[in-house]
Amino acid sequence: MSKYILEMNHITKAFSGVKALDDVNLKVKRGEIHALCGENGAGKSTLMNVLSGVYPFGSYEGDIVYHGEVCKFHNIRESEAKGIVIIHQELALSPNLSVAENVFLGNEQTSAKGVINWTITRKKAHEMLEKVGLGGEDVNVPVGSLGVGKQQLIEIAKAMAKKVELLILDEPTAALNDEESKKLLEIMLELKKQGITCIIISHKLNEISYVADSITVIRDGKTIETLIKGEDDFSEDRIIKGMVGRELTNRYPVREGVAIGDTIFEIKDWNVYHPDDANRQMIKNVNIQVKAGEVVGLAGLMGAGRTELAMSIFGKSYGQKISGSILINGKKVEIKNVKDAIDNKLAYVSEDRKNYGLVLIDDIKRNMTMAALRSFFSKNGVVNSNDEILAAEEYKKKINVKANSINQTVGSLSGGNQQKVVLAKWMLTQPDVLILDEPTRGIDVGAKYEIYCVINELAKSGKAVVIISSEMPEIIGTCDRVYVINEGEIADELSKEEVSQERIMQSIMAHNRKDD
Amino acid sequence: MEKKNVVNLNMKQYGMFLALIAIYVIFAIMTGGKNLSPANINNLIMQNGYVVILAVGMLLCVLTGNVDLGVGSVVAVTGATAGILMVDYGTNMWVAIIVALVIGLLIGMFAGFFIAYLSIPPFVVTLATMLMGRGLTYTLLQAQTKGPLPDEYVFIGAGFLPTVKVPFAGGTLDLVSIGVAVVVTVCIILGEMKSIATKKKYGFALNPTWQIIAKNAVFMFIVWFFFYKLARYNGIPFVLIIMCVLVFIYVFITTSTVAGRQIYALGGNAKAARLSGIDTRKVFFWVYTNMGVLSAVAGIVLSARNASSTPKAGDGFEMDAIASCYIGGAAVAGGAGTITGAVVGAFIMGILNNGMSLYGWSTDIQKIVKGAVLLGAVTIDILSKRKKN
Repeated sequence: MSKYILEMNHITKAFSGVKALDDVNLKVKRGEIHALCGENGAGKSTLMNVLSGVYPFGSYEGDIVYHGEVCKFHNIRESEAKGIVIIHQELALSPNLSVAENVFLGNEQTSAKGVINWTITRKKAHEMLEKVGLGGEDVNVPVGSLGVGKQQLIEIAKAMAKKVELLILDEPTAALNDEESKKLLEIMLELKKQGITCIIISHKLNEISYVADSITVIRDGKTIETLIKGEDDFSEDRIIKGMVGRELTNRYPVREGVAIGDTIFEIKDWNVYHPDDANRQMIKNVNIQVKAGEVVGLAGLMGAGRTELAMSIFGKSYGQKISGSILINGKKVEIKNVKDAIDNKLAYVSEDRKNYGLVLIDDIKRNMTMAALRSFFSKNGVVNSNDEILAAEEYKKKINVKANSINQTVGSLSGGNQQKVVLAKWMLTQPDVLILDEPTRGIDVGAKYEIYCVINELAKSGKAVVIISSEMPEIIGTCDRVYVINEGEIADELSKEEVSQERIMQSIMAHNRKDD
Repeated sequence: MEKKNVVNLNMKQYGMFLALIAIYVIFAIMTGGKNLSPANINNLIMQNGYVVILAVGMLLCVLTGNVDLGVGSVVAVTGATAGILMVDYGTNMWVAIIVALVIGLLIGMFAGFFIAYLSIPPFVVTLATMLMGRGLTYTLLQAQTKGPLPDEYVFIGAGFLPTVKVPFAGGTLDLVSIGVAVVVTVCIILGEMKSIATKKKYGFALNPTWQIIAKNAVFMFIVWFFFYKLARYNGIPFVLIIMCVLVFIYVFITTSTVAGRQIYALGGNAKAARLSGIDTRKVFFWVYTNMGVLSAVAGIVLSARNASSTPKAGDGFEMDAIASCYIGGAAVAGGAGTITGAVVGAFIMGILNNGMSLYGWSTDIQKIVKGAVLLGAVTIDILSKRKKN
């Protein structure tokens, strides 16, 4: 038997003449964890779609050799029958069905004549959950009541139920916090011991270097190199070099010549309660100050209350019984809704661009001007569409949105370019204060760099910028000052000199102990 | 190198419009030209006036990703109210019209309140107004037809603008209609020139000249065909004026105002709209309030045309209006669709009805064909979008 479970040879796939994959080779050894790296649009997902039969045999050139035989998959069902299961970034769970039902979704445990056998379903579901470290979960609760981390594991359990041999995970940790991610990676290592081969696609290079046995780097639809653990350098810098084709010496552009001015944004004694539970305090006595030209980070673990804090400030978009005051340019302002917030020169770029930031079926232009339409692109309620076009063209160029034209729908753009459109949307409202919630989530290294450059420009022009990020290196690399938030409170405030990943974790731990 | 600054016309944009012409031509052949007669052109407008009015309002509901099932009943209630006031109480026509409009407004606000501020699904709320409205109509009219309505009121639905008729080719020709056609022609030419000038000024891409000429030639032909036929009959029906004014206003609202843009944003992604400072509740409230008022307008036009108020008036109109929007290319999920599309959709339905009646098909068969056309149009629309991706 060959040592390779999967060989994809000379795969070429073109979309209306444009080659998305050009002579790509991928060899995956039996029982290894193989990482697939590359910038967004490099062709990783296309390659996996070729493998799983989303793009049927005949629509691409090249061979797929699986278990030593050439496979011609025409749809996902055929590849799944062979034990190849792909778990996409967007989870395919039905939130109102129970855990057990989801684990066997499309693969129901039936007695004769298609009647579901609930006893076996529950029992087997429990077994599958044990394999992914969720042995303690009740299989009868609806999946929607569990956290994203657990849902991701249930997806894996679902794959296990299909007798998976080759598991493909597309950005499995994109929506998870550090702790959940770590758990998922441990599960992957555990699966490896059980003999399951994994292909992981991820932008989080630290995770890849931790978990992978070999790494194949794809750039512009071509295989660049395959790195093997123990033989090659596995450092993040080395992988990035392969991905972008050059050494990215500094992942965070230096901010130079920024004069930090007076405090222009201040939050005083801010308290917020949970929207569904008036007794549950989510934000407790938070005080924050940001100066003009300053970039301030809000660090903390997922669920620490950072997004809740930001959204409650931004026109009371979250929570109830909100108390405290907001001062902009030293003046106390009354912000009752989002419109007030925009009028008071406040902008909030949400963490979830697809659900909260963009109208995906609409074009770039209309998305860019959506928030500023009322104040800057209309007179007496009538839109000035010519000004609108000019502004959209200007920002498309300014922040380098890669698209054919401003009339392209944003749904067809890559994540990085979508994020740029959201940024442009809020820059067009001409804010003094910008709150950026996870501004680089799920986007590639190159686009991240460009977004950091935009942040620097904003600071240079005297805006106050607040960055919420779960990626600590990002907070450390971009911020002048960092507030550490834990359990809805400010746990610590760190200067640029003090801040480090260890220091942030220490602050969180110390704050946790204080509570106990 | 000079940048290429020319783009082709987007033919897809005119797809349904071409389908409309094609259907009309097919029926012209099938009926041996019966549907080309001046009287029939006039009928087309008079019979479809209220569907167009309702489709215009319905499009806004469809843009939010919902529908209003109550419009047929509101048409009936408002028509009944106007009829009762004039016939039983001898009220002045204008008072009756205003009362009918106010009732439409109130019903719209009622539905809008439940939808916007209590977050009850529009399907349920308007299903309720549909039932309540129909029941109310039967109660008010005691299941009887109320009529005849005064002549000046009937004018709204069945009257014509003043005419200047001259003998022409074995009949008469109304010079007013011809005059209007001339004005429309001039407007089309001026509008196109202004659009080209603006594009040049801002340096936007232009369409190739031959395409612009071809497009406007088609429009011009249709305008002249249309007004010539009307001129050969009784001149311009008053309903046409109501229709054109409403279509013009709503095209403007949807394409050029902040309010219109907010409806599209809400339909495309309500959460994103809310976080962009759009008061989504207010948008919902006004969309349904507006639908109530337009239903009242349709109710007045319908009762005027029939010269009576009947309890069954407007039965099933909501379905015609909804179908018009979808045939006209509006997205079922909301966020995409145009007023002109909905109007074209309404006329496709109208021409189908009209052509099939002239050909002698029963209303039962007509329903089957209309259903098939709705399904076919939406299927083609969705499949063509899928191919693009």
